Amino acid sequence: MRVLLFGRLGDLAGWRERTIDPAPPSLSALKALIAAQDAALGAALDGPGVQAAVDKVIVRGEMALAAGAEVAFLPPMSGG
Amino acid sequence: MIRLTAEPFDPGAALSAFCADRTESGAVASFVGMARGDAGATTALELEAYPGFTEAEIARMAEAAAARFALHDVLVIHRHGPIAPGEAIVLVATASAHRREAFEACDYLMDYLKSRAPFWKKEHGPDGARWVEPTARDLDDLARWD
Repeated sequence: MRVLLFGRLGDLAGWRERTIDPAPPSLSALKALIAAQDAALGAALDGPGVQAAVDKVIVRGEMALAAGAEVAFLPPMSGG
Repeated sequence: MIRLTAEPFDPGAALSAFCADRTESGAVASFVGMARGDAGATTALELEAYPGFTEAEIARMAEAAAARFALHDVLVIHRHGPIAPGEAIVLVATASAHRREAFEACDYLMDYLKSRAPFWKKEHGPDGARWVEPTARDLDDLARWD
């Protein structure tokens, strides 16, 4: 499973892309795994305005994850 | 057309190309967003995109604008990567039969790009760097279209 962090989340973690193998079966299991390794990042993933995208589709709430999924964590966006 | 680019672009040339051979659109409106220097407080902007996802989300916004305002065409060019003060960050151009739809669609698209387009913006300055998130005013602007 590929995990991507954007914006301030990448700065906080010190990485922006990581492969996790074996892949956790769900979004909540992935977040728990990340939080166990890095509590500050784990808390930030549940922080205000942070969204998750699975295979480039925004998801809300819990979701089962395929082993080859690409999961991205997205802090509040700002273009223009 | 939606285009992401890491290189500086010429908004005037892009607008001329957008207007060329357009015989049925009575109106083309455009907006250029520029990187501000804030009197030395901002030395560079850095925009991070999520390749594939960013273009797809902007395309969804452009399709929504085209349907809502009966547009003939939409152009969005958006920079990512490092951007110097004075460079264009974004060009939005909209074409329609009459001016009101073109103006409003341009305004609508910029409000969506400001608060909903998948970019993460970092301002670099003499005092360090900070991530910029949508302001209360940006969110109020977006809410006008609900």
